[in-house]
Amino acid sequence: MTLLTALIAIGVLALIFGAVLGFAAVRFKVESDPLVEQIDDILPQTQCGQCGYPGCRPYAEAIANGDDINKCPPGGESTIRKLADLMGVEATPLNEAQTESVKRVAYIREDECIGCTKCIQACPVDAIVGASKLMHTVLIDECTGCDLCVEPCPVDCIDMVPLATTPERWKWDLAAIPVKMVE
Amino acid sequence: MPGVFQQIQSGKVWDFHGGIHPPARKSQTNQKPIAVLPLPDRLYIPLRQHIGVAGQLIVRVGDRVLKGQALTNADNSMAVPVHAPTSGTVLSIEPHTSPHPSALPELTLVLAPDGLDEWRQREPLNFANCDKMALLNRIQDSGIAGMGGAGFPTHLKTGVVQPVDYLIINAVECEPYITADDLLMQEAATTIVKGIDILCHLLNPKAVLIGIEDDKPIAKAAMQAACSQREHYYVRAVPTKYPSGGEKQLIQLLTNKEVPNGRRPVDIGIVMQNVGTAFAIAQAVLDDHPLISRIVTVAGDTLTQPQNVLALLGTPVSAVLDACGFAPQRQQRVIMGGPMMGFTLPDLSVPIVKTTNCILAPTAEELPAATEEMDCIRCSACADACPASLLPQQLLWYSKAKDSDKLKQYNLADCIECGACAYVCPSEIPLVQYYRVAKADIREQQRETLKAEQAKARFEARNARLEQEKQQRLERNQQLAAARQQQQQQSGGNTAVAEALARIKAKQAQAETPAADAGEANKAQILAERELKKQQAREYQQQKAQAEAKPGNTDNQQDNVPAAAGDSKAAAVAAALARAKAKKAQQHTAAAPQPAGTTPDSDSSATTETTVTPDADPRKAAIAAAIARAKAKQQLTENATADSSGNSTDSEQPAPATAAAEPVTDTSADPRKAAIAAAIARAKARKQADSENS
Amino acid sequence: MSFKIASSPHQHNQRSTAQIMFMVALACLPGIAVQAVLFGYGVLVQLALAIVTAWCSEALVLKLRGKAVLVRLKDHSALLTAVLLAIAIPPYAPWWIIVIGTAFAIIMVKQLYGGLGNNLFNPAMAGYVLLLVSFPLQMTQWLPPLSLQSIELAPWDAVCAVFSQYSCSGFSLTQLQTSIDGVTMATPLDTLRTDLSRGLTLDESRQNPVFYGFAGAGWLWLNLAYLAGGLLLIQQKIISWRIPVAVLSSLFVLSAIAALATPDTIAGPLFHLFSGGTMLAAFFIATDPVSASTTNTGRLCYGALIGLLVFLIRNFGGYPDAYAFAILLANMAVPLIDYYTRPRTYGHRTRSELK
Repeated sequence: MTLLTALIAIGVLALIFGAVLGFAAVRFKVESDPLVEQIDDILPQTQCGQCGYPGCRPYAEAIANGDDINKCPPGGESTIRKLADLMGVEATPLNEAQTESVKRVAYIREDECIGCTKCIQACPVDAIVGASKLMHTVLIDECTGCDLCVEPCPVDCIDMVPLATTPERWKWDLAAIPVKMVE
Repeated sequence: MPGVFQQIQSGKVWDFHGGIHPPARKSQTNQKPIAVLPLPDRLYIPLRQHIGVAGQLIVRVGDRVLKGQALTNADNSMAVPVHAPTSGTVLSIEPHTSPHPSALPELTLVLAPDGLDEWRQREPLNFANCDKMALLNRIQDSGIAGMGGAGFPTHLKTGVVQPVDYLIINAVECEPYITADDLLMQEAATTIVKGIDILCHLLNPKAVLIGIEDDKPIAKAAMQAACSQREHYYVRAVPTKYPSGGEKQLIQLLTNKEVPNGRRPVDIGIVMQNVGTAFAIAQAVLDDHPLISRIVTVAGDTLTQPQNVLALLGTPVSAVLDACGFAPQRQQRVIMGGPMMGFTLPDLSVPIVKTTNCILAPTAEELPAATEEMDCIRCSACADACPASLLPQQLLWYSKAKDSDKLKQYNLADCIECGACAYVCPSEIPLVQYYRVAKADIREQQRETLKAEQAKARFEARNARLEQEKQQRLERNQQLAAARQQQQQQSGGNTAVAEALARIKAKQAQAETPAADAGEANKAQILAERELKKQQAREYQQQKAQAEAKPGNTDNQQDNVPAAAGDSKAAAVAAALARAKAKKAQQHTAAAPQPAGTTPDSDSSATTETTVTPDADPRKAAIAAAIARAKAKQQLTENATADSSGNSTDSEQPAPATAAAEPVTDTSADPRKAAIAAAIARAKARKQADSENS
Repeated sequence: MSFKIASSPHQHNQRSTAQIMFMVALACLPGIAVQAVLFGYGVLVQLALAIVTAWCSEALVLKLRGKAVLVRLKDHSALLTAVLLAIAIPPYAPWWIIVIGTAFAIIMVKQLYGGLGNNLFNPAMAGYVLLLVSFPLQMTQWLPPLSLQSIELAPWDAVCAVFSQYSCSGFSLTQLQTSIDGVTMATPLDTLRTDLSRGLTLDESRQNPVFYGFAGAGWLWLNLAYLAGGLLLIQQKIISWRIPVAVLSSLFVLSAIAALATPDTIAGPLFHLFSGGTMLAAFFIATDPVSASTTNTGRLCYGALIGLLVFLIRNFGGYPDAYAFAILLANMAVPLIDYYTRPRTYGHRTRSELK
């Protein structure tokens, strides 16, 4: 009899708490960005496709569906760390041997450009201007450094050049200042 | 309790949190008159010497310029021009080590003085009769930017529309060693007061507060004497404490007000100008003397004659130091600015600019170099010294951890980098350096975020556009296909082109079917689009080639296709050959030696390669050769395919073809044409492959 | 010749961490001298043992961690920890007590947390608490002042006693602790606690000769000596006045109120201020920069918390003296105190408006 009372009591308690929790879950539901949006915000939006998806958003969707978080070379370690925080998984190093490199932008050697428009078609962010049979050029401010225009170029006139440091963007790396030797 | 203004009038001076008392060491220079430097051999004039953007260059290399002539033109409000400090010739305009902590090269105009010191035409203004716009334009055109160190364009600070209660004249040189403003006040107090008059005319303040440190009695007396006729000018002595010359600190000292976070002093009715700026304004307005020189304190124990000098802007530091008897040590530090906030120079060709107030060449005993950094013991001496009431030891912790959220929470942005924390740190931690790096990182992050947003927007816009274009193209293609089908049915033949089109349509249809995975579908669509585009390009090329091959038969290109349909390869070869002949007839020097027994296939590739011949540049030649090789390889595989599909092709053909291609690449003329030809050739090869596969 | 690149500021204050640590250790000297004179030379033996142990264990761990040994030994932080622990423990405690305590303080409490500046707890006090909990008997054998001892102790006896627990002439520590009339004597705080638990009133207990003066024989002078050293440190701006003032005033106020309310069981404020290790704790241990609060308001809170805990444990807890526990507990609260006492940054209004 005691056993029965205990079981009933615990059962009732369980029911009550379950109901309370269920109510709380519905009533106090936290409205948050859908996961894909949050992931997409973390990704660097270079749209480079190096992850194997056509653009950042598809990759965000893939992560939300359980894909690895370490497929974004432009984002580098910091992006992986943020993704790991968000997804609650271990931060894994980049899956390729690609090290986090300096920021680069595409540069078209203009005297060699034949005006084939192939790079324009490849650029995911419309950062290359030009017309058929006319010279093309890269809008440096818009270029995300995704690399996608380099391969399609039939005459290999596109280089990825490191972005020049300006005094405004200088990172206070005093050790890197070349000191002139005198005498 | 009396109001703030009454308290100010009664002579009250407040205090600010923290601060330090480093040894002032001003006696090296503050008793000597200002010396005038001899004219240097070269003047290096950076085109941008202030915060903002450089003006448009309006002189060219080789021009002769007169003293005071503008070298750049301020084409927007954030720009101020630079002027020729003396008459001479523009030698070059090129990047030169900048007077910036980074020492990164910046565009600099190199002027060779001619020694005549010939002025341009000057037009002094009578400011009392001038409207404000004319005065502001004069201030901007004279190149005046804050001379206290920040270099903010003065016309922006004086052209404010908000009402101004207090104009504060900053004569507090709180950094050790520096006496440039002190000497300026001792020697030119009346001109400074005229400058203040002009500022008052522009800003109309309730009162002018002139803050001078209490260790400069001579300067204070001089200013008091010069201001004696103006009743709302108050000269105030502030206690000697670093960094009382900071803008926010001096405001707190003189008015007991704080500039709210993220706002400017003018938002609380205060405008502050450096005493040197006031002097420059007076010169610019009353004498039409643009900002072409400034007083620089040259101090340090490695100098035999430390003193203040009047240096032309652009004078290299080496010339300044040499004039003061510079005897460098082995690991010499030369500091531009004071010992607290100045930066070391990597070489002495760096010029004096508008914001340079001091050149310091100390001995190692005088200012010992920092010893090795030890661990923070959380003594919070830094927090006690911080004039912004920050917690530097916490900021250090988060800077090391690169935790930008916490850094923002602990108000890193309010750090004025005065160096008081690093000065008192018993563990000699270069705190300010950590903060600068952290700030630069945060700025970079913000920039990246902004850029990512832009990139995303552009990507989405592009996708939308492509989608739209694709729809339009689909419609058009459907119409065309219908028309073509009709035609083909009439002619009764099935062509390679039709087949290709059918294939594309099939692919398109496949892409159109709703796939389970959205990403997959998207990818497939993009692929399909590309395929379509390529196909169209090929079609176009082929048609063009045919048109060229059979001039006069351009009216019905569709008919050519059926004609070639029996052997599509032969058709392509013929087309290529014809085109090559037509285009390169005059340059076609040496035809590729064709091995015996070649099939039309190898013939075609060899001919294709010959189109590569016109080439002057060995690099181009290499590219072309590479392309040729790639094509040959491609062909090899194609041929294999062709074999299996029962086409009689010799699979060994590509090798001689390539061999044939290589020797001819050196005789050439036009690189661009070659590249085009190579591209076209490749397209054709592909087309051929396609038709073979089909 | 080349130019040297350095970051600003190029000028530095000349007082280094090593100097600060050394000055604090020096300021302990009056207290050490008084202790040596009034309680015998045991403290000097303990000091020597503690310093050697501290240096050895610090060097060992630094070596294992692959850090530069000499540079860090020279910051004198290990020296200071050793000094504070040595003067806190009973002067005739067996030699292994101080060795274990110091090694634990340096290795476990300081270095395992990341070395100087990273330890959450005050190493000396953590070591003290470890000893107090593990070896309660040895840690409560404070000999009475020499003036009250029945047996004369020669200076050489200090060494014998520390290493063998017997004086050179063969008396055991228990014998040394016994007064002329055969009663075992303890510290005033200890005696008071025992008497009160036996049902005696405060006044009755104070008949005991250990309560010579208002704070206990010898202890008054000891505390005055530490007070002098502490004031010197404040004058030299090596420690902030806020922590000692907060500790002492909170202890004073609380014990004053309690003594007025229950005069029979709780001793007055002066007794609390000048007995036990109050001054040592307030000026030398609570002010350890690493484990103390770093904001000005926070320091006041931190000091007041220590005063409160000392008062509570001494009067209602299970230990006669309490500063070690009080400081460790307050150490734990430091991150929280620091977080909630952040000063208002220039140009910002208040913390609540920051959010």
